[in-house]
Amino acid sequence: MKDSQMRGADIVVRSLIEENAELIFGYPGGAIMPVYDALYDYHEQIKHVLTRHEQGAIHAAQGYARVSGKVGVCLATSGPGATNLITGLADAQIDSTPLVCITGQVASHLLGTDAFQETDVVGISMPGTKWNIQVRRAEDIAPAISRAFYIAKSGRPGPVLVDITKDAQVSLGEWNYEKCTGFRSYKPQTPVSPSAIKEAAFLINTAERPYLLFGQGVVLGQAENELKAFLDKTGIPAASTLLGSGALSEDHPNYVGKLGMHGNYAPNMLTNQCDVLIAVGMRFDDRVTGDLSRYAKQAKIIHLELDPAEINKVVKCEVPVIGNAKISLDLLKEACSEQSHEDWIGRFRELESQEKEQVIQNDLLPSKAGLTMGEVIHNINDYKADDAILVTDVGQHQMIAWRYFNYKKTRTQVTSGGLGTMGFALPAALGAQLHDYSRQVICVVGDGGIQMTIQELGTIMQTKAPVKIVLLNNNFLGMVRQWQQMFFDKRYSFTELDNPDFIKIADAYGIKAKQVSERSQLKEGIEDMLIHDGPYFLEVVVEKEDNVFPMIATGSSVEEVRLS
Amino acid sequence: MKRYTIFVITENFIGILNRITIIFTRRGINIDALTASESSVNGVHRITIEVTTTEDMVIHLTKQIEKIVDVINAFYHEDESVVYQEIALYKIPVAKLDSELEQIIRQHHAKIIAAQPEFVVLELSGHKEQTQELLEILQGYGLLEFARSGRVAVARRMLTLENILT
Repeated sequence: MKDSQMRGADIVVRSLIEENAELIFGYPGGAIMPVYDALYDYHEQIKHVLTRHEQGAIHAAQGYARVSGKVGVCLATSGPGATNLITGLADAQIDSTPLVCITGQVASHLLGTDAFQETDVVGISMPGTKWNIQVRRAEDIAPAISRAFYIAKSGRPGPVLVDITKDAQVSLGEWNYEKCTGFRSYKPQTPVSPSAIKEAAFLINTAERPYLLFGQGVVLGQAENELKAFLDKTGIPAASTLLGSGALSEDHPNYVGKLGMHGNYAPNMLTNQCDVLIAVGMRFDDRVTGDLSRYAKQAKIIHLELDPAEINKVVKCEVPVIGNAKISLDLLKEACSEQSHEDWIGRFRELESQEKEQVIQNDLLPSKAGLTMGEVIHNINDYKADDAILVTDVGQHQMIAWRYFNYKKTRTQVTSGGLGTMGFALPAALGAQLHDYSRQVICVVGDGGIQMTIQELGTIMQTKAPVKIVLLNNNFLGMVRQWQQMFFDKRYSFTELDNPDFIKIADAYGIKAKQVSERSQLKEGIEDMLIHDGPYFLEVVVEKEDNVFPMIATGSSVEEVRLS
Repeated sequence: MKRYTIFVITENFIGILNRITIIFTRRGINIDALTASESSVNGVHRITIEVTTTEDMVIHLTKQIEKIVDVINAFYHEDESVVYQEIALYKIPVAKLDSELEQIIRQHHAKIIAAQPEFVVLELSGHKEQTQELLEILQGYGLLEFARSGRVAVARRMLTLENILT
């Protein structure tokens, strides 16, 4: 479309509208004020949510992006506004979340003069972005934003930052928006090699104990149906990484559980028993592999992965299959023979019952007086909707919620995986909820993490986002305390918290709140929360010194997973 | 550990060099030498990086560089597979110029490229070993200043920039 000249700030907003950004998160300030002024005119086409901190804005954009599959957008001013985005950028970078962040910058004649609220945000954000750019002329804004959206969502998604000087926002430029569809230096997708498929299929067809691990690449590549079809045909057992959860319904007969430090017993143990390991859209994070020198050494490894830089980065594979999992899984399914591996899956089930007996039973149906985090999640499962979204923070509650939440649908898992960002959950849940008011969004958070971004209760109040917040309060930084107990002779150095009255805080924000500390109140508390029309804050006082098991201690092998 | 040359063909984009170098600094790897310049094609830049590391690491580094959005292509070679040259400049006091030094200049095929009343500037192109050898000799002749470039290099295999760009 062609039009006449326009202010740079209007170009910013019109460009966002062209990219179908219906909802953006942000916080105004001096250097971004012209854009905020332009937003005033376009409030019917684009909705802006004012968070209480820029970190809240970017985590909300992440939550929105993760559940919607769209690009999350946030706005911030120069200097501190921009630096407050950094944690979110690093988080989105390591978890491959598509974001476009627009920051204001001081006027171009002031660049490099240590002007008020000037920061080299392009320099600071470089390691935490897939791409970033500074724009100093109004006519360069639209091409930069169009490229930003294309880069953020194509290939392996990631965060992109566009820094726009104030003079570019207020000067006039030609309005002519062209959507970016590609450019010379950037190759987001590689066609799947037929010979790689052939080699992989040969290994799979002749394997006795093949085993598939799936990660978020399945979700990002929209390959959930292809994964299921592949597993249906080949009968191969499959386990999920933290961010892969939801890509396959946990009710699927081949699903055997979760991988990693606090994953399930069988999927970790049997990693070292399989003969062919098929890794799909996962990157062998150290929390998944444990000691690499003792990780799946007996197995031939097939790695289905979009990003060529992930191949052999951590674990050397026999057959790399580079490309989108949606395509490669489909081709692989066609090339593989129909099989069943019931005896092999049976071995997973044997170890699973061992875990049930020694860990799960005590977590979900405890005999002691204090409430466990596990039984809270167990009770949530009984009342939650099938497509409920679980947003978690970082720590013990995150691992427990992940372990026990019954994932049935894709894009229902929102958590900070790679970066482990405490404070992520509350704003991310807000973003997830604002994408769809009608979905059930359950935010499970610890007493440490919630206090890192607790101010976003204000945004929940203002937007009336009906987020269901479940605070699992043990008055400890629980995961650190667990490590101190296990590896630092119980020297609880600065992990115990004197907490405020959370119910009063929620109350002050006008959010209905209730505290549960007895088992007898738990079911009712959860039911009341989930049927409540509007945001709800449920504080559950849990056992102070519970630990998360199974556990693969740092430096241990996957087969040294401990049940106690 | 071996010496490798990483070739990077990039768009002329502000900050690209920074994006490349943080790949090395993040992993605590020292860049032995680096040169960056315009290529024979307008708008395309060429960066040559010399690094001493393991093959696994150089593969990893090259993939990470290749992954940068504005990098068109990145590849690496061992020393045997590249033709490369470095240039060195040596500033020598005029007072030290005698027949012995003249012999040394001739033997090393160095050139005098500038002369001032107080000093002359010698130039020598070659591999680092050659420029280093002359450096050590000239230190005995009151060397005033020395500067050496990173390597400029081309691959020995049949390869053109046009191939890479298409």
